[in-house]
Order: sequence, then C-alpha cells, then structure tokens
Amino acid sequence: MMKVGLEHYLVVSGLLFCLGVLGVILRRNLLVLYMSLELMLNAANLALVAFSRFNDHLNGQVMVFFIITVAAAEVAVGLALIVALYRKRQSAHVEDLASLKL
Amino acid sequence: MTAPAYAWLILFLPLFSAVAITLGARRSPQLSALISIGAVAGSFLLTVALALSAPPGSQGVELSVRWMEVAGFQADFGFRVDTLSLLMLLVVTGVGTAIHAYSFGYMSGDPGFARFFGSLSLFMFSMLGIVVSTNFLQMFIFWELVGVSSYLLIGFWHEKPAAADACKKAFLTNRLGDFGFILGILIVWSATGTLHFTELAKHLETHPAALGSLASLAALLVFCGAMGKSAQFPLHVWLPDAMEGPTPVSALIHAATMVAAGVFMLCRMFFLFQLPASWPEALAFLHGWSAADIVAWIGGFTALLAALMAMQQDDIKRILAYSTLSQLGYMVMGVGVGGPAAAMFHLSTHAFFKALLFLGAGSVIHALHHEQDIWKMGGLRRSMPVTFWTFLIGTAALCGVPPLSGFYSKDAVLAAASHGNPVLFALAVTVAGMTAFYMSRLFLVAFLGSPRSDHASHAHESPPVMSYPLLLLAVPSVIAGFFGLEERFTLQFLPPSAVPHGPGHGFDPFAPFGHAPAAAMFGLGATLFGVSFAAALYGGASRDPLPAKLGALARAMRARFYFDELYEKIGVRLHDALAALAGWIDRWIIAGLGVKGAHGTVDLAGRALRLFQTGSLQTYAFFVVAGLVLMLLMTLVS
Repeated sequence: MMKVGLEHYLVVSGLLFCLGVLGVILRRNLLVLYMSLELMLNAANLALVAFSRFNDHLNGQVMVFFIITVAAAEVAVGLALIVALYRKRQSAHVEDLASLKL
Repeated sequence: MTAPAYAWLILFLPLFSAVAITLGARRSPQLSALISIGAVAGSFLLTVALALSAPPGSQGVELSVRWMEVAGFQADFGFRVDTLSLLMLLVVTGVGTAIHAYSFGYMSGDPGFARFFGSLSLFMFSMLGIVVSTNFLQMFIFWELVGVSSYLLIGFWHEKPAAADACKKAFLTNRLGDFGFILGILIVWSATGTLHFTELAKHLETHPAALGSLASLAALLVFCGAMGKSAQFPLHVWLPDAMEGPTPVSALIHAATMVAAGVFMLCRMFFLFQLPASWPEALAFLHGWSAADIVAWIGGFTALLAALMAMQQDDIKRILAYSTLSQLGYMVMGVGVGGPAAAMFHLSTHAFFKALLFLGAGSVIHALHHEQDIWKMGGLRRSMPVTFWTFLIGTAALCGVPPLSGFYSKDAVLAAASHGNPVLFALAVTVAGMTAFYMSRLFLVAFLGSPRSDHASHAHESPPVMSYPLLLLAVPSVIAGFFGLEERFTLQFLPPSAVPHGPGHGFDPFAPFGHAPAAAMFGLGATLFGVSFAAALYGGASRDPLPAKLGALARAMRARFYFDELYEKIGVRLHDALAALAGWIDRWIIAGLGVKGAHGTVDLAGRALRLFQTGSLQTYAFFVVAGLVLMLLMTLVS
C-alpha cells in the first residue's frame, strides 16, 4: 500500500486553494465569495500543518492558530458587513455593488 | 569732377512735397496741389539748369554718399549725371510738369484731390531715383518704390472694384518680374563683388568672362525686371487694366515714364547684354542665342501682339494702352538688336506724344462725362478745337508721319533692326503699318464724322489748365526729332575706354533717307498703307466693319487673345491645386499624424489601460492570480 507523504498533502492543499480562487473569481454571490476565501485560507492551513508534521517543527502549527484566529475575526466583520449591505440593497450580488465605481 | 550739389534737390524736391502733403497739407487740397506742382516744376527747372551748366562727357559724373558698409559689401546712394540720365530726367520732369498742371483741372472736385497729388509726388521721387541711380541696389529700391506708387495711383479710386483689382494685378505682375531682377542682381554681385554700374562696366570690359557661364542668364534675369515694368509679353497683362486709374496717371506713369523705366534700365545695363553669350549646362538648348536676341524677339512679339489687340478695342484709353504696349515692344526690340540709342530716342519722343495722346483722351473723356467708348464720340472738331488739333499731332507723331518726332525715332529703331535682324525688321515694319491703322481708326471714329451720342453733341472744350498742357506737349511731339538725340545717346553706349567722338553734326531732316534708305522707305510706306486702309474702312463709318470681315480673328483680338483667361486658367488652377495639396498636408499629415497622432496615442493608451480598472474586485483578483501564475511559470521554466 502506498505511503501518504508530504507531496499528497501539498497537492490536496493546492487543489483546495485553486477551488477557492476559482470561487472568488467566478462566483457572484458575496456569501459564496466569502466561503471560497475561507477555503483558500484553509488550504494554506493544511499546507502549513503538513510542513510542520513532516519537518518536525512546531512553527507551522503556531502559524495555523494565528490564521484561524484572524480568519474568525475577519468572518465576524465580513459577515456583519454583508448583512448590512443586504439590508441596504436587497442584494448580495457583486454586480449590484458598483456605486463606488467611476 | 562731380556734379553740382544742387542736383540732389532734383531728386528730393518731390519727396519733400510728398511728405509735406501727407503730413500737413492734406486738409487743404489747393495747397497740396500747389506744393506738388511747384516741386515737379522746380525739379524740371533745376534739371534744365544742370543740363545747361554741366554738359556731361561720355563718362558722366556722380554725386555719391556711402550708404552702408557691411562686411565687405558696400552700398552707395548716388546721383549720376550723364547723357542717358540727363535726357531721361528732362523727359520725366518735363512731361511730369505738364501732367501735374493738367491734373489740377482734371481732378478738381475729387474728394481725394490732396491724396492724388501726394501719390504723384511720391511717384516722381521714385522715378527720378531710378533715373539717377548709380548702382543696382539703389535702382532696385526705387524700382520697387515706383511699383508701390503705381499701385497707389492705379487704385486711386479704390472704392471701384475694377480699380482695386487692377492695382493688385499690376503690383503682383510687377513683383513677378522683380523677382527675376533681384536674382540677376545677386548673380552679378556674387560674381564680381560690385553693384556700381560704371565699375561693373569697366570690370566686365577687361574681364569679359567674369560672370562665367551665368552671363546670359544674369542678363535675362535682369531683363525680367524690365519685362514687368515695361509690360513685355508674357507679363503684359497688367498694363491695359491699369487704365482704371485716373487719366493723368495713365498718361504719366503708364505711358510716358514708369513703363519706360524698363527700357531705360536695359539701356543702363546694356553692357550686360554685350557680353559673349554663355549658358549654364541646364540651359544648353539656348546655345546659339544671346540674351540680346531673346530680348529682341520678346520685344518684337509684344509689339505685334499688342498692335493686333489694339485694332479691335473700343475704349479710347485701352487703344492707347495697347499702343503703348506695342511701342514699348518696339523699344525693347531696339535694345535687343543692338540699338539702345535708337530705343532711348524712341522712348523720349514717345513719352511726349503718348502723354499728349492720353491727356487728349482725358480731355475728351472729361468733356463727355466719362464716356470712353469711341463709337459714342465723333464730331469733336468744332466743339473741342485744341484737343482735336493736339490729338491729331499726337496721332500723326505716333503713326510716324514726317517730319514729326515719331517718324525719326521710329526710323531709328527700324534702321537698327534692319542692321541686326531682317525678320524682326519685317515684323517691325508690319507693326508700324498696324500702328498707323489703329491710330487712324481711333482718330477717325472718335473725332470725325457726326456725333453719335448726346454727350458728344454737347461737348465743349476743357478749361485752360487742361488745354495748355496739351499745347505744351504738342511742341516737343513735333520737334523732338530735330536735335540729334540719337547721336547724343550713341555717345553713352560707347565702351568706357573708347575715345568719344566730337559733338554731333548739325541736324539734317533727310538723314534717315541717307543712312538707311530701306528702313525709311519701308516705314513711310507702312504708315501710308495703314492710314489709307483705315480711312477706307472707317471714313464716316458708324459701326466697326472689321468683325464681319475677319470673323473669329477679330473676336480673338477683341478678347485680347484670351491671355487673361489663359492666365486665370493656368494661374488659378495651379494655385488651387497647390492650395489643395497644402490643405491636404495640413489636414492629414500635420493635424492628422502630428497633432492628432500625439494626442491620439496618449488617448488610446489611456483607454486601453482604463480597461484594467474595472472596479470589480473579482477582476482584480483574477489579475493577481494570473500574475502569480505567470511568475510561477517563469521561475519553474527557467
């Protein structure tokens, strides 16, 4: 049976990251956009944990804690903004949020 | 030896008059006229005094002031007294005085009376300046001044569109010729380093090849200036139109003096035309022709062309204008065939009788309330006796009836042509016959027969201030041939080193039949033929019988051989094409590629870059990722 190595984790992390990017670029709903962003963050987390585990070094794990914390705070602020926007505009689609565009 | 210092006054009196009238006396017409007439009469008297006190030798004398000196180039302002300039001065001031006095009557009551006399004085100053010039530069300046004053006087009635057009046409046509003139001057100066006439003549006598292969070209270019002023083909078109000016102006400027300036200039620079012919490589096809030959042919052709046109004109002033053209052609031809003395002789006599004819025509026009059509005149012998008889004298002199002055001078030109070129001699005889024909036609129709209009039947003689100048001019028209003028002029054209002959022998009225019998007989025969032919056709005629006989030819003569139309076609088309080309370049190359190109490129770049600034977060994200991927690829591949 094949042994699971660092490469496999990194490939999964890369795939997750690409999915997140595609979501951010292509999706139109702000909420989904947000979720894709979280996906990218977690892809990074996965890569960091994998490095930490295979290099016998704790720095990676510490970094992940930081990211999770910052992400949680960010989601709180972001979701609040989205809800406020939705109340104001009755829409959470990016095309409708163009009032700052020249 | 120099000329007496009062000679300067001859030149500057008219200038003082012009300045005084322009600056001070314009409010007072009578005073202006008196200043102007006084100035020209003063010049005339001083010229007579100068002629009596200091008979110039063949070398001539000069007054001269160094005008400027720039890095080896020196220009003088001088006053030259020799036979040529002295006789020309006498003609110009003499005819000028008569015409100034005449203008006092003719122009009376005109609102621009003072302005008229101011311009006349300016003209006199310019013309005298040409005559006394000692060098090319001074002559060129006065040459242009004459052009300007002629412009002012032709356009004197500037509210009349025809006059305004005519003065522009005259000025521009003259400028065209003057362009050649200054090119010629530049060639001469660059080759010899001097612009002074006598110095140049001496230099060229000792070094005939000093001008190298440009000698004939320089002479021809200088001739271009004469072509403009003396209205030679193909620049002849302005002179007939210049008749839009007041009649005294036509008499003074466009018959007696200014148009003669071209011939005078050719004589002054005759030494240029005596150089051996040589052409630059590009003009090698002219090999075998000398500049003088070309001058002679252009003169002869102009004489013939203008005489043909004169035969079918109906406007009294235009007939005289074409006749002037034709006679100028005669003079130019005279210079070209190697007879500058004959040309100057004809110039002098022509100045008198042509001025007389114009003033006579002005007198008729004045009496007939500005009627100029000869077919509406007639029967003027009893009502205008002075004008009638003086006009008859002028006509006879122009036709070459002996023993009037015109006979001798025309004969001199014919004799020069018969020595020089038999074809041109035949042409000149033909022109003499045609001259007699059209002048007799004019006289028969305008003065004889019965009155053909109300104005003509109620005509009365002009006031004395107008009729006395006629009498005054009639005298030299009759006797100017008796003084051996040609011999005097001949002295002028001996080479500077030649020993001058003694004074000319006494005058012999039959001399023409002695030294060139063929010329005299042919000339006389042509005159007789022309006069009798005209008498047969126009004696008592009330309509012109010629158009019916000649058909298309008469129409072409009447329409002046369509030269104006031709020039309009060529000139205007060419001008339009050039303008269109310039417009195209401006619109597409300069404005299009240059201006629009510069701002268009910036604009386009801005538009392209603006596409990136969508304002959409997702596009930015896409670019960030794309950039990242690109960088990744670059690092991985290398």
